[in-house]
Amino acid sequence: MSPELINLIVQATFESLYMVGIAALLGTAFGLPLGVFLATSRKGELFAAPIVNRVLGIVVNATRSTPFIILVVAIIPFTRLVAGTSIGSTAAIVPLTIASAPFIARLVEAAIREVDGGLIETASSFGASPLQIVFKVLIPEALPGLLLALTLAVVSLLGYSAMVGAVGGGGLGDLGIRYGYQRFMPEMMLAVVVVLIALVQLVQSAGDYLARRVNRRLRHR
Amino acid sequence: MNAHQSLAIGQPIERFEAISPAADEPEAMVRFAGISKTYPAYRGKPGVSALQNIDFAIPRGSITGVIGRSGAGKSSLVRLINGLEKPTTGRVIVDGRDISALAGRELRLAQRSIGMIFQHFNLLSSRTAADNIALPLEIAGWTKADIKARVTELLALVGIADKHDRYPSELSGGQKQRVGIARALATRPSVLLSDEATSALDPQTTRAILDLLANINRELGVTIVLITHEMSVVRQLARDVVVLDAGHVVESGHVADIFTHPKHPITQSFLAEVIGDSLPVSLASRIVAAPSAGGQAVIRLQVRGAGAGDTLVARLARELGLDVSLLSARIDEIGGQQVGSLVLGIPLGIPGEDAVTRTLAFLSQHQFPAEHLGYVA
Repeated sequence: MSPELINLIVQATFESLYMVGIAALLGTAFGLPLGVFLATSRKGELFAAPIVNRVLGIVVNATRSTPFIILVVAIIPFTRLVAGTSIGSTAAIVPLTIASAPFIARLVEAAIREVDGGLIETASSFGASPLQIVFKVLIPEALPGLLLALTLAVVSLLGYSAMVGAVGGGGLGDLGIRYGYQRFMPEMMLAVVVVLIALVQLVQSAGDYLARRVNRRLRHR
Repeated sequence: MNAHQSLAIGQPIERFEAISPAADEPEAMVRFAGISKTYPAYRGKPGVSALQNIDFAIPRGSITGVIGRSGAGKSSLVRLINGLEKPTTGRVIVDGRDISALAGRELRLAQRSIGMIFQHFNLLSSRTAADNIALPLEIAGWTKADIKARVTELLALVGIADKHDRYPSELSGGQKQRVGIARALATRPSVLLSDEATSALDPQTTRAILDLLANINRELGVTIVLITHEMSVVRQLARDVVVLDAGHVVESGHVADIFTHPKHPITQSFLAEVIGDSLPVSLASRIVAAPSAGGQAVIRLQVRGAGAGDTLVARLARELGLDVSLLSARIDEIGGQQVGSLVLGIPLGIPGEDAVTRTLAFLSQHQFPAEHLGYVA
C-alpha cells in the first residue's frame, strides 16, 4: 500500500476519533441528566413528574427509531444553524450527538434503576435532598453500569460515524465506501475494517477495565 | 378535623393503654396522637388501611420494642416517625416537634436527629466503611476535618476501628450492621430506629448487635425503637413493648407486665415462642382421661413473676406431704420476671383421692393458674 493511501487511513482515523469523541462527550452531557431524570421521575419517585417523564420517553423513542441516515439529512437545516455548515466532520458531530444522547439516556436509565431502592430510602431517612441522593448515592452506585453504558455508546457511535460520509463527514467509513467500494480497492476496504475492529476492541477493553476497577460489589483481592 | 377528635370517634378506647399515662409530658420522645394511615387505591389494587387509631408514647431514653407479625403495620409506623411517610390523620411528635407537619428543608433538618438502621444494612457498595459512616455528615454539611474525627470515633464506638478502609463486600453481616449503626449515630440523633435490624443475622451475631444497642442506649442516652417480629429481640433488649396487630395497638406497657399477663391472643402467641405452650411429645402421648392405680395426676401450672417458681415444688411436697414429681418444666426470664410453665405429677392412691383437689387449692391460694390435664400410669 502506498504511503499516500496509508496517510489517508491515518487522517480518516483521526477524523473518526474526533467525531466520535466529541459526539460521545456531548451525548453524555445531554444523555446522562436525561437518563437520570427518566429513571427518577415516575409516579412516587425522587423527582416525580409522570407526565414530563411520559413525554420525554416518547421523544427519546422517536429519535431512537429514526434511521440514522434519515436523521442526518432531515436535520441539515438545524446542523447548519448550530455548526455554521452542513458539510464536514464538525457538522457531522451534530447528528451524531442527537442520535447518541437518547441512546445514552436509555442506558443510563437502566443503570440507575439497577441501584437498590433501599439506598434511596436510607439517604432520605437521614435528610438527603433529591440532588444529594443523585450525586452521592445513585451515580456512584451505578458507576460500573454507567461506564459499560458509555462504552457501548462509543462503539455504536463508531458505527454511526461510517454513515456521515453521506454529508461529507469524512472518517473511516467514508474512506471505505469511496476508495474500497467505489474505486474497487478491496485492500483499502480491508484496511478500514481492520482499523475499526482494532478501535472497537480497544474501547471495549478500556471500558471493561474501568468498570471492573470501580465495581466494589465483588470481593477484590 | 384535629387529632383529638379523630380519637374520640374511632375504635373503642379500651383497646389502647398508653405506656406513659401523661404522654404529653416532656419525657415522651415519640408520641403518636390519633394516627391512622391509609394507602390509596393504585392501579386497580384496592386501598389498604395500614394503621388505625394509634395513640401511644415512647418514653425518652427508653428501649421500646414494637412487635407484630408481618403486615401488622410495623414498617408504616417506623416510617411515620422519621417522616418518610405522612399520616392520613393525626400527628407524630418527635422530641417535641410535629414531624408529620414538616416538609422539604425543615423535614430534612429534623431527620438528622433521627437515625435508622435496616434489616439489609443498606450500605453503599461503592464506599468504604468509613465513607459510608461519613455520608450523613457530608449531607449535613460537616467539614472534612470534623467528619474524619467523628468517623474515627464512631468506628471505635461500634468496635470495628480496624475496618476503616474495607468495602461492604469485604465485611460480614454483623460488621455491616455495625457500620449501619455507626452511620445512624453519626449526626448525634436523639432517636435510633431499628427496622428488623437483626433479622438477617445469625443468633450469635444478633446477640452481639443487641448488646451493642444496649450499650449505646446506656452510654449515649439515645432512645431506641426496635421494630421486630422476633420475641427474642424484645425479650433481650426492650423495657417497654407495643404489640401491633392488623394496624392496631393491642397491648402496650412494660415488657415484664405485658408478658407476665398477656391478654391478647397475639401477645400470647409471641410469649409461646419463648416459653412454648405444648407438652413434650413423649408426655402428651401418655396422658389419659381416667386414673389408674399407682399412677399420677398431671397438673400444669403457669409461673409468672419474680422468683415465683423457685421453691414451689419443695413447698408443695412439704406442706401437702405429696411425693410430687416434675414431668416437664420450661421457665424463662422476661424483663426480670419469671415466665413459664411447670408440669407436675401428683401421686394417686396413698393420701386419698383428694390429692388433685388439694394441689389445685394450694396453687390457687398462691396464685398460680393451674389446670388438670389428665392422668398417666
